[in-house]
Amino acid sequence: MIRVAVQSGPIDVPAELDIHDGGGHGASASFVGRVRGEDDLVELFLDHHPVLTEKGLAELAHSATDRWKLSALTVIHRVGAMAVGDTIVLVLASSPHRAEALAATEFLIDRLKTDVMLWKRQTFADGRVEWVEARGSDRKRSERWDEGLR
Amino acid sequence: MRIAYFAWVRERMGIADESVDLPANIANVAALVGWLAARDARGAHAFADPARVRAAVDGVMGGPDAAIGSAEEVALFPPVTGG
Repeated sequence: MIRVAVQSGPIDVPAELDIHDGGGHGASASFVGRVRGEDDLVELFLDHHPVLTEKGLAELAHSATDRWKLSALTVIHRVGAMAVGDTIVLVLASSPHRAEALAATEFLIDRLKTDVMLWKRQTFADGRVEWVEARGSDRKRSERWDEGLR
Repeated sequence: MRIAYFAWVRERMGIADESVDLPANIANVAALVGWLAARDARGAHAFADPARVRAAVDGVMGGPDAAIGSAEEVALFPPVTGG
């Protein structure tokens, strides 16, 4: 029912949806995060911890199933080198009715950005290489869930 | 104790991880970061601003006060930026 993966190969979104949706759930919500081609980006590299990144994703998935009645949950994060347009992250959440699936999907992507050991590095066409700085706006979105909103 | 580094902390340290024998008075994350910063030039560069460094002690995220006493692995890294 819960599928969590950290992988260096491409995320096959249609195939993952087929696996996830095999049970025919009442409501399924999805979030697909892709590499944006801003500022002549040529590569996005995701650094990760060989053990703790997947463990963190699994803990996050379990906190979602503790919080909402979910019939299936898939969280897949890609790591390593990616090109513009590649899928970085896929969240699929299913429940009997839409509210739980939609809320769980938003919770997972918000928390993923602040709680899981992943670090983005950007390489641009002019040769610049920059580690992405954590954003206060992401922190605020993540902290909303502490207060039990929704 | 094994210390693992990630993202720009790893680049500045020049290594992914190392085993260290810590002095007995290095009891928490803040003390470890201070010890590494004072040890050599790479550490001084990586940990010039301790406020930009986060830690996980045996897989549990911890602040500067987190105890490292009998930990097997302490990971040091910048604030995370996944998703």
